[in-house]
Amino acid sequence: MTDSPNVHHYGGDLFEGYPVDTANTAGDQAVTNYTINFGPQHPAAHGVLRLVLELDGEIIERVDPHVGLLHRGTEKLIEYKTYLQALPYFDRLDYCSPLGMEHSYVLAIEKLLDLEVPARAQYLRVLFAELTRICNHMLNIGSHVMDVGAMTPNLWVFELREDCLNFFERASGARMHSAYFRPGGVHQDVPEKLLVDIGEWVETRLPKLFGDAMSLVIDNRIFKQRNVDIATVSKEDALAWGFSGPMIRGSGIAWDLRKSQPYDAYAAMEFDIPVGTRGDCYDRFMVRVEEVYQSAKIIKQCLRDMPTGPIASLDRKVVPPKRGEMKQSMESLIHHFKLYTEGFHVPAGEVYVATESPKGEFGVYLVSDGTNKPYRCKIRPTAFSHLQAMDMMSKGHMLADTTAIIGAIDVVFGECDR
Amino acid sequence: MAHPAPLVAPQPALADALKKLLGTDLLAHVFTVDEDSITVERDAIAGVMIALRDNLEYQQMMEIAGVDYPDRAERFEVVYHLLSVTRNHRLRVRVSTDEATPVPTIVPVWPNAGWLEREVFDMYGVLFAGNPDLRRILTDYGFQGHPQRKDFPLTGYTELRYSEEDKRVVYEPVKLAQDFRNFDFMSPWEGADYVLPGDEKAGGTGEAPGKGAPTPMTAAEVKKADDQAKASPPPTPKTTEKPEQTGAGAKANLKAAKTSRDGASAKPATRTAKTPATTKADKAPAKPRAPRKPKGGDA
Repeated sequence: MTDSPNVHHYGGDLFEGYPVDTANTAGDQAVTNYTINFGPQHPAAHGVLRLVLELDGEIIERVDPHVGLLHRGTEKLIEYKTYLQALPYFDRLDYCSPLGMEHSYVLAIEKLLDLEVPARAQYLRVLFAELTRICNHMLNIGSHVMDVGAMTPNLWVFELREDCLNFFERASGARMHSAYFRPGGVHQDVPEKLLVDIGEWVETRLPKLFGDAMSLVIDNRIFKQRNVDIATVSKEDALAWGFSGPMIRGSGIAWDLRKSQPYDAYAAMEFDIPVGTRGDCYDRFMVRVEEVYQSAKIIKQCLRDMPTGPIASLDRKVVPPKRGEMKQSMESLIHHFKLYTEGFHVPAGEVYVATESPKGEFGVYLVSDGTNKPYRCKIRPTAFSHLQAMDMMSKGHMLADTTAIIGAIDVVFGECDR
Repeated sequence: MAHPAPLVAPQPALADALKKLLGTDLLAHVFTVDEDSITVERDAIAGVMIALRDNLEYQQMMEIAGVDYPDRAERFEVVYHLLSVTRNHRLRVRVSTDEATPVPTIVPVWPNAGWLEREVFDMYGVLFAGNPDLRRILTDYGFQGHPQRKDFPLTGYTELRYSEEDKRVVYEPVKLAQDFRNFDFMSPWEGADYVLPGDEKAGGTGEAPGKGAPTPMTAAEVKKADDQAKASPPPTPKTTEKPEQTGAGAKANLKAAKTSRDGASAKPATRTAKTPATTKADKAPAKPRAPRKPKGGDA
């Protein structure tokens, strides 16, 4: 009983007969810090995060996040696969926004090959990347809200996420791990009806359902109490800790790779970058909410301006021919066989290509030695920098704020641990 | 620039600025595939980073990547990717090192280097002098080895499972039900650096394979070779005495070794069965056979 950290809180009389540590009973100083283990199996840990928390009462003194519990050796595996075979691994990194991961990878290959991509393919990629952003934010917003105590909005926004996944399925055949973006374009063209349905959805269902769900949250007193002024990050800190995406925008820096270093058809898109003013969890949340509307705006522009034409490069040394061609042409058959066995060779060199994934800057550092397999493929996860700043962000906050902080980081461990 | 990858405007003035700023610490500066990368002195990395951050406005350090080139004297490259949000530019900074030489840490310059250096340490075993917390990060607690090294096998060395008897997770050496299939797609006539199966028989040209057919011999050389062939005794005919000599590969050898061992223990038994007439012959092998018995039983 002597070692119990909060003995003195109850007064000596409560513990009459028990040996009480009298040497150190003046005020709070008797409270020795204690360490608790949070996760790796915790519903608010968004996966397999293990936090070792050092607490002073309920105040967090130190956080030591243990990551790597979902490490699958993706980078090592990629070194043993051809460029095309390695693509589906990217879906499985951040499984909440699979197409955002593929985007960086295919752009890196195209940059090394210096491959031109037809306009329709670029528009399709932007369209689906933005749908992915909505899809990702639906999950994050929903679970963040649920982590701090609200149930209903999560159920509503999951409806929207389900819609997005259905769109992915109609385009690629798979709900989550689409493998839809390919070096040189996209895998296949979309049916016209799908574009019509997305247009309708983004005009009616999305703003209605999302607006309804957010009206329950954004001015809610409890939600604000749990998020405003929690884990405030200054502009300087955000830069020094390598923040990106909604995390750096929440801190008031209008930095968005879609605007500053436009890729695919983003240069033609018109949209705004929402920024926060205080850099707390509430700002990060609101940045994401606004990004959903901006994504909807981009999707509308994509649908309006989408040109017709090929959906992938016609360079047959990189992009395999369609099945119909193969029935007619021996050359197509040879190309198809070579590309699906040996794959294409990428000129020696190295690139670092980063795109604005829903969670921030997702980068691929690709080193090629001229063969058909990547020599090295380093994946720059967004969560690594953000999670590392957990210690800095949660110092001095209450234990219960951890869930809000993790929720606002938007961490997915498939990507963090690779 | 036909590719649709993120557009970063090239900065032609950067090369001079870097030369002026870094002086002798700058070992090389290349601009390829629309990206700037510099190689710097390893021991000066922290100072270089401070200079780049404070003078050239590279506010963010986004990534540290390790790369392994086993052929080089300093086999590891540590590659830093910097980003300037004001000048909208990216810069790649690299240093090289080996297993034993530590790279100075840049944690005091950018705090997020802490985990990234830990990752490079975990994956490659590169040491970072001054990193306050150089623990493993991605691999398992108690993991040994550095998995991203090129000489580390893809399958690793240990695998784990939950043992129902022990009621805990147990680690065991990796057992593969099927060999890892690594298909070789390099064209042999485009400079593959191995001998094609069968080419070694042709040998004697002393040339590296894949360099075209050997030059035809001159008449004098042919005569000399003929004379030599006449003078020397004919080579002993190739015989295959043991299954191991068939050249059917390691697997077959293993199999062959196994059956012959079994056969060895079986042989005396059959021989004794065949020749029971002479008691001497029966006794003679009995002595050496006695210690061999448990061996055969084990196999």
